[in-house]
Amino acid sequence: MTALSRRGMLLGGAAAGAGFAALTACTPRPDEQLEDALLDVGSDTVPFFGEHQAGIATKPQAFATFAALTLRDDADADAIRRMLQVLTDDASRLTQGRGALADTEPELAVTPARLTVTLGFGPALVRRVAGASAVPTWLKPLPAFGIDELEDRWTGGDLLLHVAADDQVTVAHAVRMLLKTARATAVPTWRQSGFRRSRGSEEPGTTMRNLFGQVDGTVNLRPGDDDFASGVWSEEGWLKGGTSCVLRRIRMDLDGWDRLDTPGRDQAMGRRQSDGAPLTGEHEFDEPDFEAMGPHGFPVIPDFSHIARARGDDPRPTMLRRSYNYDDDTVGARDGEITDAGLLFLAYQRDVDEGFVPVQRRLDELDLLNQWTTPVGSAVFAIPPGCQEGGFIGDTLF
Amino acid sequence: MRIQKTAVLLSSTAAAALVLVTGCSASGDGSDSTGDASSTVTVEDPWVKAADEGMTSSFGLVENAGEADVTLVAVESAIAEDIELHQTSDDGSGAMSMEEKQGGFTITAGDSLDLAPGGDHIMFMDIDGPLQAGDTVDLTLVFSDDSRLDYEASIRDFAGADESYGDEESHGHEGHEDHDGQESEDDHADHDLGDGDDS
Repeated sequence: MTALSRRGMLLGGAAAGAGFAALTACTPRPDEQLEDALLDVGSDTVPFFGEHQAGIATKPQAFATFAALTLRDDADADAIRRMLQVLTDDASRLTQGRGALADTEPELAVTPARLTVTLGFGPALVRRVAGASAVPTWLKPLPAFGIDELEDRWTGGDLLLHVAADDQVTVAHAVRMLLKTARATAVPTWRQSGFRRSRGSEEPGTTMRNLFGQVDGTVNLRPGDDDFASGVWSEEGWLKGGTSCVLRRIRMDLDGWDRLDTPGRDQAMGRRQSDGAPLTGEHEFDEPDFEAMGPHGFPVIPDFSHIARARGDDPRPTMLRRSYNYDDDTVGARDGEITDAGLLFLAYQRDVDEGFVPVQRRLDELDLLNQWTTPVGSAVFAIPPGCQEGGFIGDTLF
Repeated sequence: MRIQKTAVLLSSTAAAALVLVTGCSASGDGSDSTGDASSTVTVEDPWVKAADEGMTSSFGLVENAGEADVTLVAVESAIAEDIELHQTSDDGSGAMSMEEKQGGFTITAGDSLDLAPGGDHIMFMDIDGPLQAGDTVDLTLVFSDDSRLDYEASIRDFAGADESYGDEESHGHEGHEDHDGQESEDDHADHDLGDGDDS
């Protein structure tokens, strides 16, 4: 019930003679105000059409599902076009709180909760539609890193469906609808779901925490900053207005992390777990001082710490990080483990070889955090630009 | 998406005239016209169930915004010669059955006709397929005053709305409630038309 309708009812009651109701209507109780605000969470929408696909510069929603699909052998360019047209139509409706065409559960669509649907293309899809010359040089499996223990079940993919909203039911319905639409052309290969704090649980814009408890994503490209557009959006050919997406499933050894006390955790990160401030600073966004020395002549921020290693010669961020936590069931987990948790690390950048790869090379060489983190899945997708009404996501490729 | 296609009037007494409409119509020019059924009717969210061959059906919300009742008497399309308007009703035994709607559907002024799976629908026999999701089909509604409304319907994969007519005794095709749409991966293009295997 919206604020308007509830108060309307109350006013109706007043008109019928219940005077106290009118008084209540004029001064809604705090819990009513809260309910109204919470209902706004469900009705909020993110525009679908535009220069860029939604779901990247969008403030991260609470829940996200990433589904990778493999094209059927007989899916030619025409079949892919038809699939993308319907996926686009589905997304344009669902994100605005309407059922898709031929939606058997449109009731689940009426709470959009900032739903976004973002499509990504693997190299095989681009090649099948427009030939090998259309495949960006960086659109390929990442270089093999020494720390990787990649599993096929979380790796690769021809088409990415990234579905996110502040409501899990909304996400589930949208994913199901989109997979039905794609079914004739592509089959699911893997699916990973993640979460952040729910909307309203904390101040908007708060840097997320991962399940190690760490503030995660302080140094980041931020929509609205001068370097965001040049760092994220491509200027190249069919991808102009699009970007690249690196999805790494990073397993976090929470059981091992438990054995590390607070000072050790802070040293491994180079930031304090308590408030995310660098070990040389007071606040999260204080610039780390890598030159500062402690009383014993060692750097306050250890050279082997995560933030020291992640930082390149140029301290400016080179990618948009937009990660999600995962905490999955432990069926099939290794002996004695009670948790299978980690991070769906999402990085968006104009060019993977300029964004993610150099950072990961440094972390691969040395990063104390590697003791507790293991990449077990990896995928790279080209994220085509947005489209206007009448067009479809990926139309610049055809 | 509200489709308001240009309606072409083919009345024997009137010269073909274009009715000004907006939306997805290819051209918005033409002169206003009143009094013809098609000029007050729109079709919202029209779609057709994908099929390789055989039968299929089409749906959408047909709205009559005019001040006079209109009667939809026929549908024409290049995808099939034999197209029927079907109504679905309870046959008294609890099962739903469908039959051709004699005389067509009358839509009273300001009302609408909801063509939906399991309900009233447009039925195509022996289609010139395949009809593949993502493509569109041109359809024409024909009203009792001979006015016509051209519109474009999107093709969608859909597990329901099975038209099980292969066996003439298996009417009641819309009544099953346990169809979960779990086709196997490989027969996704086979929409089980006419085989009646899951009635």
